[in-house]
Amino acid sequence: MSSQTAGVLQLLALIAALALAYRPLGEYMARVYSSEKHHEPEKWIYKAIGANPTAEMRWPAYLRGVLAFSAVGVLFLYALQRAQGVLPGSLGFQAIDPDQAFNTAASFVANTNWQSYSGEQAMGHVVQTGGLAVQNFVSAAVGMAVAVALVRGFARSRTGELGNFWADLVRGVFRILLPLSVVGAIILVACGAVQNFSGIHEVGRFTGGSQEWNGGAVASQEVIKVLGTNGGGYFNANSAHPFENPTPFSNLFEVFLILVIPFSLTRTFGRMVGSLRQGYAILATMATIWIGFTALMMWTEFAHHGPAFEVAGGAMEGKETRFGIGASAIFSVATTLTSTGAVNSFHSSYTGLGGGIQLLGMQLGEIAPGGVGSGLYGMLVMAMIAVFIAGLMVGRTPEYLGKKIGTREIKFAACYILVTPALVLGFTAAAMALPTPPDSMLNSGAHGFSEVLYAYTSGANNNGSAFAGLNADTQWFNSTIGIAMLLGRFLPMVFVLALAGSLAEQKPVPATAGTLRTDKPLYTGLLVGTILIVTGLTYFPALALGPLAEGLAS
Amino acid sequence: MNTSVSHTVRLIGAGLRALLVLTVICGVLYPLAVTGIAQALFGDKADGSEIKDEAGKVVGSSLIGQTYNLPGQNPDDPEEAARPDLRWFQPRPSNGLGTNSVNTRYSLILSGATNRAGDDEELIKWVTDAKAAVVADNSTAGFKVRPQDVPAEAVTSSGSGLDPHISPVYAGLQVHRVAERNGLDVKEVEKLVRDHTEGRQLGFMGEPRVNVLELNTALKALSQN
Repeated sequence: MSSQTAGVLQLLALIAALALAYRPLGEYMARVYSSEKHHEPEKWIYKAIGANPTAEMRWPAYLRGVLAFSAVGVLFLYALQRAQGVLPGSLGFQAIDPDQAFNTAASFVANTNWQSYSGEQAMGHVVQTGGLAVQNFVSAAVGMAVAVALVRGFARSRTGELGNFWADLVRGVFRILLPLSVVGAIILVACGAVQNFSGIHEVGRFTGGSQEWNGGAVASQEVIKVLGTNGGGYFNANSAHPFENPTPFSNLFEVFLILVIPFSLTRTFGRMVGSLRQGYAILATMATIWIGFTALMMWTEFAHHGPAFEVAGGAMEGKETRFGIGASAIFSVATTLTSTGAVNSFHSSYTGLGGGIQLLGMQLGEIAPGGVGSGLYGMLVMAMIAVFIAGLMVGRTPEYLGKKIGTREIKFAACYILVTPALVLGFTAAAMALPTPPDSMLNSGAHGFSEVLYAYTSGANNNGSAFAGLNADTQWFNSTIGIAMLLGRFLPMVFVLALAGSLAEQKPVPATAGTLRTDKPLYTGLLVGTILIVTGLTYFPALALGPLAEGLAS
Repeated sequence: MNTSVSHTVRLIGAGLRALLVLTVICGVLYPLAVTGIAQALFGDKADGSEIKDEAGKVVGSSLIGQTYNLPGQNPDDPEEAARPDLRWFQPRPSNGLGTNSVNTRYSLILSGATNRAGDDEELIKWVTDAKAAVVADNSTAGFKVRPQDVPAEAVTSSGSGLDPHISPVYAGLQVHRVAERNGLDVKEVEKLVRDHTEGRQLGFMGEPRVNVLELNTALKALSQN
């Protein structure tokens, strides 16, 4: 069997596995967020928090909950890293410097997991397991909560109430992320991922002497890293490290975990708004982009244009033997089309066009299928932009799911769309114009520019992967990327929740013969086109200077 | 004003309590429970898949690649170029590993890629030199390696820098040299490589591969008997 055939078969197997999980998981999540029953342990937690889980919140209250919880998360994680030197169980690792500690705290709370440190030489057990891994759970649950609040905005009418943030947060962790993580972690250990609390210890070598290893609760962190579309690796090499991702099966399993919640949430959405077909239209849009990008990536990586790859006879630089080209391409597209940013192969050493596909995937706003929660709400905002554009063409007030997309709604949607490009392009321009930031580039020319563009694209879109040649552990990059991550996460949430509140107050308008049907293939086509055009117009000049220039030169 | 301040304080307090409760559950109980189950069911794997040689001595992890170099000639020179010990099967190059400059207390194995672009001059040189070395090292009196026979992974660095595998093609290129250096029959070494070749999982997942440490451990046993 050729490597190309094996790559395609792996993609097909992945599609089949996701299709099998789609209905049960999507329906289950709809029940989780709609159920009025509170489990006994959950009641204890609400008591400890001092929150009443049945109290409905309007959008400002819901937003205050999100922001308060996240702000506390940033401060706690910052303090934990600064105190590492004196904490027990830190393996003797020192306190993290203030700029890097801020960057890392912002990164993990914003579900980005950009890492300017390398795990095995900076973070001990306490920070990794008690700090970073905890944010892997809760930042994912926050994203899902905001998505569900927006879905309720569509589903409800003549009320401003969007649910209870604390209940959505706790249920997301308890009923969805934790059970799946326990099962997934055991499967990863069965493949060979490590899971222990031993300190750094010496192990013999074949040629004599010894090597020093770093143990840790790796599998339990790895599983939530992918399931929660977080992406922050225990080790520097992330999912390329054999202790995190030991076999071709574990690799495909990790890609499955990255994609399963974002895709299945479209079923949850369809169920909660009372029309499964609306969910299928969104699903079809996400799947079209995802499969198209994967096919393109496999094509360019197997074709291996670029001087070094042509001498080598294949684009294997930065890729692992056990995965090869096909499984690496699948992983890299899944991680950049979601907000994951985990890598099983190093993006900087992809072909010029391959790097362009990764950048474009993030620049789409990570909505195909996107991060847990953030993918769904990002896609629904684009869905509103698409009906708005269609409405302009025929001169009708646009509607989506029976709700009018009026001036107020479209303003929030437009603000949402503008946040990340403003952060990405503004910071990239500033970094290139200032005298010292360009010193961080490893490669020169077009690829060096791509490193900087990639860093801000990854940060502002909450991805976390990198063209890792860039030395991002400087005060400039730690601070600006940290700010980009926080604004890129929480400003869009403000607009989404405001939008949700405004939608929930409307009374539904009945569909007429003139209403654009948003559950048909025609609409899916319109939505795919809108996404590509809006993103293309925004980023084309920047892409032309980086990956396109590099790809066309080789 | 006062009410809004006390409101904010109450909210921050709720956020902090929520974070602490979830930290206990997701950051303490969950990893402990998973570690307990993992250690009970798959203890060896959870501890890093260590493998032992015939004498029972731990020689490393089957998941972590190693180098097989000759001892340095000048112990005072850390910059000395490593020379491969051609008795053993050689792994992929590993040009991406930095030195452990952050933490001077340990000499940990570090993971990392080169992150070089396809048009990077240094990468082109590394690949060109590696290819020449593979051809020169593996050609014996009766077996000539041609540059076009050398697979891509043999001359490039992996993502982790710790890739434990090489392709069966690269292992096959090394058979004649290894047989000659160990005074073994080519057929015997070929069989050893065949026995240590893993196909794709379930026939389609990943790529065929040979675990270098396991292969060398078996080779050592064979050449000593």
